[in-house]
Amino acid sequence: MGQPLMQVTDLKKHFPVKVGSAGLRTGGMVRAVDGISFSVDEGRTLALVGESGCGKTTTARVVLRLYTPTEGSVELNGRDINELEGADLRWFRANVQAVFQDPWSSLSPRMRVSGIVSEPLVVNRSVTKNESRQEMMAALERVGLKSWHSELFPHEFSGGQRQRIALAAALITNPKLVVLDEPVSALDVSVQAQVLNLLQDIQDELGTSYLLISHDLATVRQVADRVAVMYVGQIVEEADAGTLFADPKHPYTQALIDSALPIHPSQRRDVVVTGETPSPLDAPSGCPFKTRCPFVMEICDVMPESRPVGAGHFAACHLY
Amino acid sequence: MSSDLDRGLDQGADDAHANTPVLRVVDLHTYLFTRWGTTRAVDGVSFDLQRGETLGIVGESGSGKSMLALSLVRLTPEPASKILRGQVLLDGQNLLDMSEKEMREVRGRDISMILQDPHQSLNPVFSVGNQLEETMRIHGGASNRAEARRGAVEALRQVHVPSPEQRMKSYPHEMSGGMKQRIVGAMAIAYRPKVLIADEPTTALDVTIQKQYLKLLKELQAETGVAILLITHDFGVVAESCDRVAVMYAGRLVEQGPVESVFDNPRHPYTRALLSSRPRLDADLRRLPFIDGQPPELTDLPPGCRFAPRCGYALEACLESYPGAVEISRAHLAWCWRSEEEPWANH
Repeated sequence: MGQPLMQVTDLKKHFPVKVGSAGLRTGGMVRAVDGISFSVDEGRTLALVGESGCGKTTTARVVLRLYTPTEGSVELNGRDINELEGADLRWFRANVQAVFQDPWSSLSPRMRVSGIVSEPLVVNRSVTKNESRQEMMAALERVGLKSWHSELFPHEFSGGQRQRIALAAALITNPKLVVLDEPVSALDVSVQAQVLNLLQDIQDELGTSYLLISHDLATVRQVADRVAVMYVGQIVEEADAGTLFADPKHPYTQALIDSALPIHPSQRRDVVVTGETPSPLDAPSGCPFKTRCPFVMEICDVMPESRPVGAGHFAACHLY
Repeated sequence: MSSDLDRGLDQGADDAHANTPVLRVVDLHTYLFTRWGTTRAVDGVSFDLQRGETLGIVGESGSGKSMLALSLVRLTPEPASKILRGQVLLDGQNLLDMSEKEMREVRGRDISMILQDPHQSLNPVFSVGNQLEETMRIHGGASNRAEARRGAVEALRQVHVPSPEQRMKSYPHEMSGGMKQRIVGAMAIAYRPKVLIADEPTTALDVTIQKQYLKLLKELQAETGVAILLITHDFGVVAESCDRVAVMYAGRLVEQGPVESVFDNPRHPYTRALLSSRPRLDADLRRLPFIDGQPPELTDLPPGCRFAPRCGYALEACLESYPGAVEISRAHLAWCWRSEEEPWANH
């Protein structure tokens, strides 16, 4: 086990909902993230897994300091990221980078690959032209691209290659943490495998930590060391990847695993979760999963605490 | 190609009444004409769709699977594309010979579609009830407003939309993606079509909702006997909901057969590679096998097997001429020169 690199404590992010024709009145709060804590260890991968609207992307944005948290703190190497300014902020930006889902919109169509990849370096570190060029070439090589690719524009590449370019740009400042927001969801199956392998190689080689945001359990299983399952703004279960998939405790985690479609018909499970995810605008009081849970009890009107249910395994459920 | 079809016929003859497929596609060619040349999006595809069955067409982006779906209902973009050759036989009638007027009736009455994104299929400025009633009036045979309304409510009930009477007044933006896709399903099935083409119907939905939706499609099929052609990139969806599967690569089918048979015993290297490159929940693999390279440009296809440049088992013959179909077992076909050898057994 490595040291915690990033520590997130009691994080909340609420968004006001504007109503009325001018959109000036506040009609309620979307509690997108509602009190979550987790840590990312050095050289390891933590996955936040959940369905749309669970708050995983909001969490990623708070961690990247693109949103200010409503409550709670995010610390990198023990320093609260929301208090950083000037050179310290550039230190943070250089050390926490991101790769987003859609490589068609995350790369500027008007910049050459050389410009896209070296930009984070130029902005966050003072480097000479020559140095940045060398670094850029090294970054391209690291992700399996050739030096002549640097003179091309993004539209000349396939999806998998574009995601490699995005990864090269994220890695050029030699960050401690890379936030991967659905990094392979937009890619074809055969190409997904290439990118997932590449992520693994880079972590082995450079010791980079990943915060992986994904809705796809199979991707999570492939890449993550530790997994936190999110549902309507809460972390409902957290464990090492092997433990979580072998022995899921929370009924929502079980439902998610049952909903994944195995590639072989003989492994099919005839369990179907009923109902829909509640809106974070009016989430039910108590356990957020109680509206769909097959084991719902009276006590579920009270929000369950996250409790240890095994070694390094936590679940927020009254069953345990 | 004709020998494959004969084989298909023989197998059908075993089961007395099921021997006429509701939809038969014969040697279909749809090309796109672009500035960069002719794109052979669908390049000689043949298959049968039996009554009451679900056939999955699986392929990666650019394999031509969506162009195939659009070709069947003649909705390919004009004049950029053209259906050059082949037949699409619905109960023996060639849709490609019909006038546009007749075709519109077929689309309304016999073949319906569910697309990936329910936003595209619903009009944002009309209530759901309004749109369903319109479907009922035009295609469902409802003669007056009240009848159309009853039909619409019934259709909502059939797709398990909670409190259907109230939902009739809702607008699409007031609903979740899963609910909207249910409504699209209600419209598609309302007038009891013979064939339902579902093009990535669950790709935009969450996993728990995806499984609900696939179950719903099965229920609707059991009730109405509709034959479903399910276009997807996801082998998991095929395993969950299809009876047979056809794998498409660069405009052609490379393997076709009953789902269990193809998944247990894939005989085309492409099918095999795709199946093994998918991350799995039930196995710990440090590294995933993957397919090197990219699919070929459809404007510049190799003369032989289209997968040969990326195939680990390619021989000289593979680069020179396109393989014919090889029958692996009953109704299981693979278009590969080496599909009978099992060359990967030694690897």
